Amino acid sequence: MDQLLQHLLNALILGSTYALLGIGLTFIFGIMRVVNFAHGEFYTFGAYMVYLFSVTLGVNFLLAIVIAIVLGILLGAVVEWLLLSKHRGADIDTTMLIMIGAWIIMQNAEQLLWSGVAKSIPMPFPEDPLTVGSVSVAWARLFVFVMATLLIIGAQMLIQRTRLGKAMRATFQDTATASLMGININMIYLATFALGSGLAAAAGALLGPIFIVIPTMGNLAVIKAFAIVILGGLGNMKGAALGGFVLALVEEFGAGYVSSGYRDAMGFLLIILVLMVKPTGLFARTERIG
Amino acid sequence: MSRLTKMALMASVLACSVAGAAADTIKIGINQPLTGSVAASGNFITDGAKLAAEAINEKGGVLGKQLELVIEDNKSNPSEAAAAAEKLISRDEVSAMMGAWGSSFTLAVMPKLQEYGIPMVVETASSSKVTSAGNPWVFRIAPTSEMEAKAFGQLVPEFAMKKVDFLVVNNDWGLGAAGEFGKMLKEQGVEVGMTETMDPAAQDVSAQLAKIKASDADTLFVTTGYEQLSLVFKQLKALDVNRRVITTGGSQFPDRLAEQLGSAADNSYHILFFAPWFPDAAANPEVAHGYIDQWNQKGYDKSGLSDGFRGYDAITAIAAAVEAAGSADPEAIRDALWKVDVKGVNGNIKFQKVGVEGSESGQSSPNVYVVEIKDGKLALP
Repeated sequence: MDQLLQHLLNALILGSTYALLGIGLTFIFGIMRVVNFAHGEFYTFGAYMVYLFSVTLGVNFLLAIVIAIVLGILLGAVVEWLLLSKHRGADIDTTMLIMIGAWIIMQNAEQLLWSGVAKSIPMPFPEDPLTVGSVSVAWARLFVFVMATLLIIGAQMLIQRTRLGKAMRATFQDTATASLMGININMIYLATFALGSGLAAAAGALLGPIFIVIPTMGNLAVIKAFAIVILGGLGNMKGAALGGFVLALVEEFGAGYVSSGYRDAMGFLLIILVLMVKPTGLFARTERIG
Repeated sequence: MSRLTKMALMASVLACSVAGAAADTIKIGINQPLTGSVAASGNFITDGAKLAAEAINEKGGVLGKQLELVIEDNKSNPSEAAAAAEKLISRDEVSAMMGAWGSSFTLAVMPKLQEYGIPMVVETASSSKVTSAGNPWVFRIAPTSEMEAKAFGQLVPEFAMKKVDFLVVNNDWGLGAAGEFGKMLKEQGVEVGMTETMDPAAQDVSAQLAKIKASDADTLFVTTGYEQLSLVFKQLKALDVNRRVITTGGSQFPDRLAEQLGSAADNSYHILFFAPWFPDAAANPEVAHGYIDQWNQKGYDKSGLSDGFRGYDAITAIAAAVEAAGSADPEAIRDALWKVDVKGVNGNIKFQKVGVEGSESGQSSPNVYVVEIKDGKLALP
């Protein structure tokens, strides 16, 4: 029973960051239909920015996280403008190849700048965990959970409640009509990619200090992000959020009660099952965006 | 053909002719991961190899010639490791090689050694497959998991363990360590509980640790590289698992663990093949001091010392073999490697015949050292 509660708690916390990654990629892959293999590199970028500002430059830890997210958004905007804006309407394969290139360049740049030696970011939280009964959780993980939940709610509000969100939904439903209604299509693409990248950077900025920071940390993250988006249904924000939690639950309980060697396989097994039974994703309703 | 490709071609032709001109050196190929997931360790080992070559060259080289290291990056990838070996042998025409960091890269390179008849000193690799494959061109200075477990076995009574669990990386190295240490402990009357595994790239192991938390064992053995190890310690603390941890494998960087993790790494013991913080405890203190002084003079990262020695010892062994062979001919060097008996940083390097009869591989018997982290500092237990 104690073990069950501990697994549940672990899954909840891990799930919140998976959800963040998944929602970020939903903007880019689910809505824009760009197969963004560099998504994990924005995650890595966020982690390294926290390292740079909080450890190397000595900025306050919380401020460093905010700076990392803002820089992630800016980098996303630059990548979109530099690499993708010229290929608007191009084949999905073309943009995929461009993003694979970006992935390789970004990962090697990180290796060049910070070397392959893992970096650790100290957090200003008590080292001793919060223990209730026989269940323990680190304060740092609790902080990540709260921050991730706030960001998920924020992203959802942005899409549903703001003019920008409305314009995004309109653009991806029917680009031509949206353009005729006076929406600046290029700006919308730029903003969407930047926001998606910003969320990935946020996930990295939050998880980097909990884990360790290495140039290859994004490789597994990007695969999981794709899995979550497919699980939740392409372009479905709530689906991606729930998909993140479902993946974490399956991994945690698979590792805890079946076999830890197949921990990562559990998640992918689930995706194969979902694709066979309900190919539109677990939470997809009718074809709808947003 | 574009202009760029033409220029690249010309440049490579030029580079070839320059390399060909320097014939007064003895070329040794270095096949290490300089980029990719295990790049940190590969770079340290390469640095160690350079120091050994430098020390030898300052004393006049070998057979009156200077040693020249030809360094190739295997990108932490087995197929790249095989390609790097091919390039070192057929284009650079090296006389011997050192490589290739880890069992999977080394196993990928081994067929090339046999094909071209070039000896290789293996500085890192724990799988028994490396020396049991019947490849007579392989000479290993790194210990197998079995040797490591056996050497540690003499210290087991001091730890008074009753029951142990294992948490290991899910590959040949981790599973091999769990198997060999489990066997050794059972023979000593220690109960062996569960063996949990983790993907080499996994960052979150809290599911495995929640399971371990519920076990009644008093000691946890962990086998993985430094990066994952620091995650394991952090997450052990977060889940409030309090028990003795013993790490194996030789690439744990306990100094960095102590510095970065503070009290989270307390009450842990680390089985190493060289403990640079205690050079006087080494089998050959004078060699250890010399190596450490050289490393510090260069201003290399101090935490790399416990990896770099492997490159140092491998080059020392190769140089001794070239000296004994009296020529830079690969086959003569191979035959001479059997006669090598030199003092290395880890201990004395001397190869015994192991594996398939008639085409034995060489295996040296390295020493094992245990270091403890106590109150955030390193100590000898």
